[in-house]
Amino acid sequence: MDFGYSEEQVLFSNSLQKLLSDSYSVDVRRKLVAEGPGYSEDIWKAYAEMGLLALPFPEDMGGLDGTSVDAMVVAIELGRHLALEPYIPTVIMAGGALKLAGSDAQKSDLIEKIISGDLKMAVGLTEPGSRFDMAEVSTRAAADGDDYILSGVKSVVLGGDVADKIIVSARTSGETRSEDGLTLFIVDADADGVTREGYALLDGRGGADITLENVRITPSAVLGTVGQAWVIMEQVADQAAAALCAESLGAFARVNELTLEYLKIREQFGQPIGKFQVLQHHMADMLIEYENAQSLVYRSSMMADSDDAAMRGKAVSSTKVYLGERGHTSCQSAIQMHGGIGMTAEYELGDFVKRMAVAEVMFGDVDHHLARFGKLSYMSG
Amino acid sequence: MDLNYSAEDEAFRLEVRSFLENKFPKDIGERAKAGIRFKKDDYYRWHKALNEQGWVAPHWPTEHGGTNWTPVQSNIFDEECFAAGTPRQLPFGTRLVGPVIIHFGNDAQKERYLPTIRSGEEFWCQGFSEPGAGSDLASLKTRAVLEGDEWVVNGQKTWTTTAQYADWIFCLVRTNTDVKKQAGISFLLIDMKTPGISVRPILTIDGDVQINEVFLEDVRVPKENLVGEVDKGWTYAKFLLGNERTGIAGVGLCKNDLENLKTIARSERKNGKLLIEDPLFQARLSRAEIDLTALELTNMRMLFDIGDEGTPGAIASVLKIRGSELQQRFAELQMEATGSYALPWQQGALEPDWNGKAVGPAYAAARSPLYYDRRKTTIYGGSTEVQKNIITKAILEL
Repeated sequence: MDFGYSEEQVLFSNSLQKLLSDSYSVDVRRKLVAEGPGYSEDIWKAYAEMGLLALPFPEDMGGLDGTSVDAMVVAIELGRHLALEPYIPTVIMAGGALKLAGSDAQKSDLIEKIISGDLKMAVGLTEPGSRFDMAEVSTRAAADGDDYILSGVKSVVLGGDVADKIIVSARTSGETRSEDGLTLFIVDADADGVTREGYALLDGRGGADITLENVRITPSAVLGTVGQAWVIMEQVADQAAAALCAESLGAFARVNELTLEYLKIREQFGQPIGKFQVLQHHMADMLIEYENAQSLVYRSSMMADSDDAAMRGKAVSSTKVYLGERGHTSCQSAIQMHGGIGMTAEYELGDFVKRMAVAEVMFGDVDHHLARFGKLSYMSG
Repeated sequence: MDLNYSAEDEAFRLEVRSFLENKFPKDIGERAKAGIRFKKDDYYRWHKALNEQGWVAPHWPTEHGGTNWTPVQSNIFDEECFAAGTPRQLPFGTRLVGPVIIHFGNDAQKERYLPTIRSGEEFWCQGFSEPGAGSDLASLKTRAVLEGDEWVVNGQKTWTTTAQYADWIFCLVRTNTDVKKQAGISFLLIDMKTPGISVRPILTIDGDVQINEVFLEDVRVPKENLVGEVDKGWTYAKFLLGNERTGIAGVGLCKNDLENLKTIARSERKNGKLLIEDPLFQARLSRAEIDLTALELTNMRMLFDIGDEGTPGAIASVLKIRGSELQQRFAELQMEATGSYALPWQQGALEPDWNGKAVGPAYAAARSPLYYDRRKTTIYGGSTEVQKNIITKAILEL
């Protein structure tokens, strides 16, 4: 039993913390969102230099052979500092999919470029109308000789606005909601027939809707076994959700810090408002929620690499449910205890609250993961 | 990071399991499963089995019979005991007064009291709360006045658990009224057979009698029964309450509850299906199980943080708050899962010598009593509100 960071993790966490606090002031971040491109190319290069982009990849490909716990250590800091770069879509999701299912040629071609910071990627697994059910895929991939012709729409693809390549799921066979018959394809963002509508999410990070109209895919861009993508999709989505929850935990820590600080400095009725018991108890509740959320984030990160899909899924869904609900109410308390200042866009609290809101919905909301947890826990026997 | 227990701890778990299989009286386990109430003899026989194994007071110093278990091992022991359905080991002797005597008592007191606490020959109860001193314990009024070689005690204690079984009571008494309220309290050991003591049972909303009022009228207590120094009792009481905190989360108890709940939900039916498959019920069950997992991990993180030595700080309050709420929720969900058959009030069915036949499924009779009994968990051992005050002061520093 060990719940501490390793020496390497401490070092990594500290140097990332330093990089981000040096380069991500509130003004810098807001300028990147307001004026584009929605993230910092300089910081992306700095990530590459410190090895962040190499984290999950095997050593023989130039990677650091990191685990999902290492990814968590990184993600907590990204969340604490509200970093905007497409780390989760490129490294965790696309990198994860390549690691799990890529051919040798795909790995050597793409992973090296991810590590050097020259390639950004995204993964589109949901569609308008499918809500969070990744098996409900209407995007069709029709065989045409050795090629495939893709048509369909992928919705709210995290990092899809700036990705050079996008991995999408499409149906090569089977019924619309079947887990069988799904295949992953690597699509060039500027290929003929691809249009993307990029936008900022409510936390300032980029996303996009990707429309595919008769996009021709050569065999070299088929990722993994045709018709067998489901297990890969599930694992990638679980690892992404685990990392997103870790980011949310980092933001949660800041929400609590800001609120506690405010309770100590804001005076009303002649004393700091933190002297009022009703506010003290709200703050204590936020601390209780944070501690328990942290436990679940640690656990889901430790289990995110497991091949046991049911155990992994339960761990990740638990964390999504808990952080989704309890983080949500804690954010509401934080705004309430701040009073008017909590409503202003100028004050930073809202930025952290919105980061947590994205993490709550992305890759499945509370209802989705609650139902999934229930199905995995109680319906098998 | 690693979720797995060490090989030593896994081996320890097996040792505990094998002890439970061989030495925990099977008839007590069966009654526990059926929801039948434990009586004095059940507690005593379990205590005796533990003592024979040398495990009755694991947290005591080894020279007094302690086991030197790590916090992780103590936790494993608790978990396995709950899973096997053992009675709670009554805390008053080994857990509460024992350590106070060891740390603050004199040699004569150690010699007199520790052996019978270990053997279980003498039962203890705790005389702290009074009608006017609950969360504000230091405002207690029971007076002890020294007359020659004896303390003369007058006053009333209340909420005294198992006073009806107890041979001894350890009391906080006021020995000085001229100082700040915390500075005038002493710690006194009183034989329950002393003239002037009377016990009145309190029937609680679950239908059981576990707590009592204890009246003390001109009770004459030998001078040497005072522990430590006069007027220092508050210090000893704080030490004692600190020891009460370990294992406070009740993770093992809740895990056992979860299994019972799933059994009920796989037996009850709704809309032609098993209750456990009903989306509304399943969502509430899922939330409770997720909260329990979070609590279990938070408890493990605390054990990891305090290492082999030391006691938990204010983080124990987080565990107490969440653990007690979950104990309530699991009882509540079991009652709700039982549906209409949770309504017949069948107190007789919970008594060991009952010959009648209960209505409804076998698990039904104990569900609503358990629900009402568990309402106490957020009140005793420092209420939820008091725990939040502790968090406010010690962690948030507000």
